[in-house]
Amino acid sequence: MNLYLLSPEISLTAFAILVILLDLVIKRKGILVYVSILGLITSAVFAATLWGGEATTFGGMLVVDGFSIFFKFLFIGVAIMVVLASVDYVSRIKRFQGEYLALILLSAVGMMLMASTGELVSIYISLELTGISLYVLTGFLKDPKSSEAGLKYLLLGAVASAVLLYGMAMVFGLTGTTHLGDIATAVSSGALGSPALLMGIVLLVAGFGFKIACVPFQMWVPDVYEGAPTPITAYLSVASKAAGFAVILRVFYTAFGPVSLDWGMIFAVLGAITMTLGNIVAIPQTNIKRMLGYSSIAQAGYLMMGLAAVSSLGQSGLLFFLVSYAFTNLGAFIAIIAISNKVDSDMIADYRGMARHAPLLSLALALCLISLTGIPPTAGFMAKVYIFNAAMQYGLLWLVVIAVINTVISAYYYLRVVKVMFLEAPASQERVPSSGALRFALCIACIGVLVIGVIPSYFLRIAEVVVRALGS
Amino acid sequence: MIGLEHFLILSAILFSIGIYGVLVKRNAIAILMSIEIMLNAVNIAMVAFSRYLALLTGQVFAIFIITVAAAEAAVGLAIVVAIYRSRRTVDVGEVDLMKW
Repeated sequence: MNLYLLSPEISLTAFAILVILLDLVIKRKGILVYVSILGLITSAVFAATLWGGEATTFGGMLVVDGFSIFFKFLFIGVAIMVVLASVDYVSRIKRFQGEYLALILLSAVGMMLMASTGELVSIYISLELTGISLYVLTGFLKDPKSSEAGLKYLLLGAVASAVLLYGMAMVFGLTGTTHLGDIATAVSSGALGSPALLMGIVLLVAGFGFKIACVPFQMWVPDVYEGAPTPITAYLSVASKAAGFAVILRVFYTAFGPVSLDWGMIFAVLGAITMTLGNIVAIPQTNIKRMLGYSSIAQAGYLMMGLAAVSSLGQSGLLFFLVSYAFTNLGAFIAIIAISNKVDSDMIADYRGMARHAPLLSLALALCLISLTGIPPTAGFMAKVYIFNAAMQYGLLWLVVIAVINTVISAYYYLRVVKVMFLEAPASQERVPSSGALRFALCIACIGVLVIGVIPSYFLRIAEVVVRALGS
Repeated sequence: MIGLEHFLILSAILFSIGIYGVLVKRNAIAILMSIEIMLNAVNIAMVAFSRYLALLTGQVFAIFIITVAAAEAAVGLAIVVAIYRSRRTVDVGEVDLMKW
C-alpha cells in the first residue's frame, strides 16, 4: 500500500480541515481564501510529482496514471478559479465562510478520486463525497430559491445514485467482482450478452447520466443552476460534469470494452437528443444562469460525441473539449458574477447596454459566449472541430450533421446576449466595479480561451498521450 | 428451498416500491424514505450475491452503502428543515419558485 500515490487527495483533505479549524479561531476571514488556494496548489504539486508513472494501490482500488493526473489538474484548476470567483461572495456571507471553502475543497477531493478509481465501491464512495458536498453548497444561501435548488438536487441525486447502485449490484452479481479489469475478463469469457448484464449497464448509464446531465436525466439542471450561488453553478457545470465523463471513460473502456452491446450507439443517440433539447429550450430563457444551464446540457451532448466515437481519437477529443469548455464556461460565469454583483439581477434584459459601463467585462463575456457557440479563433471552435472529426472518422455522419445544425441554433441565444450588451441603450451610466481576484480569474479564463483557440496542438498532444493509459 | 432468485425478486419488488414512492409522494420526507427503500433493495441484492458467490465484497459494499446513505439522509433532512423554515411546508408540490 503506497500512501504517497494518494498524496494529492490527502493533502487537500488536510487543508480542508485546516480551513474549518482556522475559521473558528481567526478574526480576519479573508485569510481563509488564501489557505484554500495554498491547499489546492500543494495538491497540484503532489500530483505533478506523480506525473509519468503508472501504479495502482489499495488492491487495485485506486489507479494513478496519466489519465487520472490529467483530471486531477483539471479539477484543481477549476477549484482555484471557483475559490477566486467566490472572494466577493464569501466576504458577504456572515457565517460559515470556512465551511463554504472547505466543502469546495472536499468536493474537489471527491472528483479527484473519481478520476482515479478502478473499482466499483470506490467509484460509489467518491461519487457520493462529491455529490453530498455539492448538495450542501447548492443549498448554502438562506434565500428560498437556494434551499429549493438544494432539495431538488439532493432528491434527484439520491435517486440517481440508488439506480447506479442497482446497476453495480447486477454487474457485481454476474461477474463476481467489483474490479474493472476483472469485470472485463469475466465479461469477455462468459456472461457476455446476458440480459441481466445489459440491464446493469443501462442502469450504470442512467446513474452516470445524471452527473453529466444528459437527457433524460437533465431535469435538475436549470433549477439547480438558477438557485445555487453563482460560483457553485460554475463549479457544477464544469468540474462535476468533467468528473462524470472521467468515470464513464474509465468504466466503459476498462470494464465493458469487450461487451457485444454497442454502448457507443447508446451515447450517440442520447447525445443527439441531449444537444437538441438543450439548445431548443435555451432559446426562450430570460434568466442568464438558466440559459447557461440549458447551454451546458447542450454542451454535454457535444461531449457525448466523444463517447459515441469509440476510438482514441474520440477520447482525446473529449478530453480536449473538456479543457476548453472548462476555460470558456468558467469565464462566462465569472463575468456574470461580476456583473450581477452590481446590477443584482440575473435577467438578460438587465444586461442592456452593459458594454457602455463595463466595457472589459462585456468583452470578456462576449468572448466566452462566442467560444461556447464555436466561432474561431476561440477554444470552443477548435474543440468542436476535433470532436466532430472524431465522430466523422468513426462513421457517425448523421450525428455530426445534427451537431452542426445545433451549433447554428445555439448561435441565436448566445449572440442575443452579446447583442443586448453591445447594441442596446444602457439603463444607467454607473461603472461596474469588481474585485481583483475576480478580474484575475476572468483574465486567466479569457487567455485560456484564446491560447487554446490559436495554438491547440500543445493541449491536443497532452490529451493524446493521456488517453493511452486507457487503452482502447 | 429459498434460493438466490427469491432474494433478487424481493430486491426488485422493493426497488420498484421505492421508485413508485419517489414518483407519487408529495412529502419531501416520504420521498427520502422511498429513496432509503431503494438503497435497501440494493443492499439485499448485494448481500444475496455475496452469499451465493461466497465473496465478502458484496457485504463490504452493503456496509458502505448504509454508511453513505446515513450521511445523505442527514444532509437531506437538514435541507428539508431549511425549506420548512422559509415556507412552512415540506410538500414538494408547493416548492415551486422555479418551474420544474
